[in-house]
Amino acid sequence: MAIGDFRGLFRPPPFPSVTGVIDVRNISKRYGSTVAVDGLSFTVRPGQVTGFLGPNGAGKSTTIRMMLGLDRPSAGEVLIDGRSYRSQVSPLRRVGALLEARSVHGGRSAYHHLLWLAQSNRIPRARVREVLTLVGLEGVSKRRVGGFSLGMVQRLGVAAALLGDPPVLLFDEPVNGLDPEGIRWIRDLMRGLAAEGRTVLVSSHLMSEMALTADHLVVIGRGRLLADSGVQEFVAEHSGSHVRIRTPEPERMRDVLTAAGLRVRTAEDGALEAYGAEAARIGELASAHRLTVHEVSAQGASLEEAFMRLTGDAVQYRAEGGR
Amino acid sequence: MRSSLGVTSSVHSGSAAGRPGPASAGAVLLAELTKIRTVRSTIWTLLPTFVVSVGLSLLVGFSFARSSEQQRGGDLPLFAAFFGLTLGQLALVVFGVLVLGSEYSSGTIRATLVAVPQRGLVYLGKVLATGLLALAVAVPTVLVSFFTAQAALGRYGVSLGSAGAPAAVVGACLHLTLLCLFALGVTAMLRGSVRSLAVLLPVFFLGAQGLGNIPKVRTVTQFLPDQTSWVIMHLAGPQDDARWARDYGPWTGVGLLVLWTAASLLGGYLVLRRRDA
Repeated sequence: MAIGDFRGLFRPPPFPSVTGVIDVRNISKRYGSTVAVDGLSFTVRPGQVTGFLGPNGAGKSTTIRMMLGLDRPSAGEVLIDGRSYRSQVSPLRRVGALLEARSVHGGRSAYHHLLWLAQSNRIPRARVREVLTLVGLEGVSKRRVGGFSLGMVQRLGVAAALLGDPPVLLFDEPVNGLDPEGIRWIRDLMRGLAAEGRTVLVSSHLMSEMALTADHLVVIGRGRLLADSGVQEFVAEHSGSHVRIRTPEPERMRDVLTAAGLRVRTAEDGALEAYGAEAARIGELASAHRLTVHEVSAQGASLEEAFMRLTGDAVQYRAEGGR
Repeated sequence: MRSSLGVTSSVHSGSAAGRPGPASAGAVLLAELTKIRTVRSTIWTLLPTFVVSVGLSLLVGFSFARSSEQQRGGDLPLFAAFFGLTLGQLALVVFGVLVLGSEYSSGTIRATLVAVPQRGLVYLGKVLATGLLALAVAVPTVLVSFFTAQAALGRYGVSLGSAGAPAAVVGACLHLTLLCLFALGVTAMLRGSVRSLAVLLPVFFLGAQGLGNIPKVRTVTQFLPDQTSWVIMHLAGPQDDARWARDYGPWTGVGLLVLWTAASLLGGYLVLRRRDA
């Protein structure tokens, strides 16, 4: 019998449930008096790309590290397929991860880096060649990683994540250091992985990037959950597109709009801003109530602005709420 | 609800699929050995252990062969054989530090713990791999040092079967291997190469070998980890002479190093288990 044959000890259930669901349950992480993650709960589902969005320092990397058992949560737990990462058997076959921080020894070749990873999880050696080809590093696989460009290191990280052909994939800021071609490549890869039915969680501080890649968004700020919704719903809800109205009778107009179920606020120059309806509908309302209007114009806001507004609010909220 | 079977079949199509491998110390040990052998800078630190030890055995053997016979009596051939280890061991200590320390400096430790999240298991693999390599270097180093010294000593040389020699050879192999593992444990506690070398090298250079020559200080330094197996290696001077006698016997000395190593490895494990990576 081989050394440490723990077959009896760690026997997996006869039909392991490969749901691919990541269940983040009320996790917190404190470093001394600093709270990096604060009671965060959300669920990541298979078959779609979930964007994990937040400004730098929001706690994204810390959360992903807790998912992988690298950091121990101060409270709460993360379950993948119903079990904690630390109790996963051959975890590289269940979860693939591209970490933001460098995790490759510069003195080792790309091939050898993947080889020891494969050996540790009993992944066939042939798979190493497969993933090297998949990420386009087969030509430099014998070269030492120390001489690689940032983009090549990133591709090697992707190869390591795909090594175990896992149903769950975590990418922490994957586009960092990639050129436009590399960014498109990784975007297509993530979309392809999700289309195959895998769970794909990708963190980013760039809303614009997520708008192109993600189906679902989990937005955090200061370690707290700010939004958990589909990209389309997120845009509808938070993009802040509104209709600007100038009228000599702002009080009556406000009453009419409010009665119609719209949110209304007064801009600095005295104009009204109505949220939740198209400009045409506002015009109809005004004419039905015989209100004079000087301007009815649709005001768009970029997704980026929506994100900034949302996370900016979180900062404000925290500043007021803190002692 | 999505059928989990459908997902399984679409996901597990590549050649990585196969029998779900059990968490196994064998797989982890293999991976750790691969890690060690695929970083040239680490594997090269093993060579000086052999070269320095054997080289010094040759020099000391020659020098003793030409000096008068009176000094150190029966200890002379064994002293000549193993004195070189006191310097050669430093390379093995550096190896023990780099095996883990380079993981912290390069960030590989994160990949390691993601691949094998059971920290006790990954640590066991690291200790076994390091210990096996240290032993694989220690045995030829000790044997070749022994025979080189005896050859250089000429007519003063002794055979491997002579009194005290088998114990000394076994003790020396254990000494090198355990010292390397002691260094590994210290590195696991300090989580970095530079810090660990800054602690270990002064202790092994100055503390024990330098300050150890001062009698008063020696009552303490004789218990330092690199010192305790000197009795079995016949490096501590004639034990029937009160000036040199230690407070423990040869095998007790080896036992003390075992305790040092066990304490160091345990401390390293507790740190690895508790700390975030």
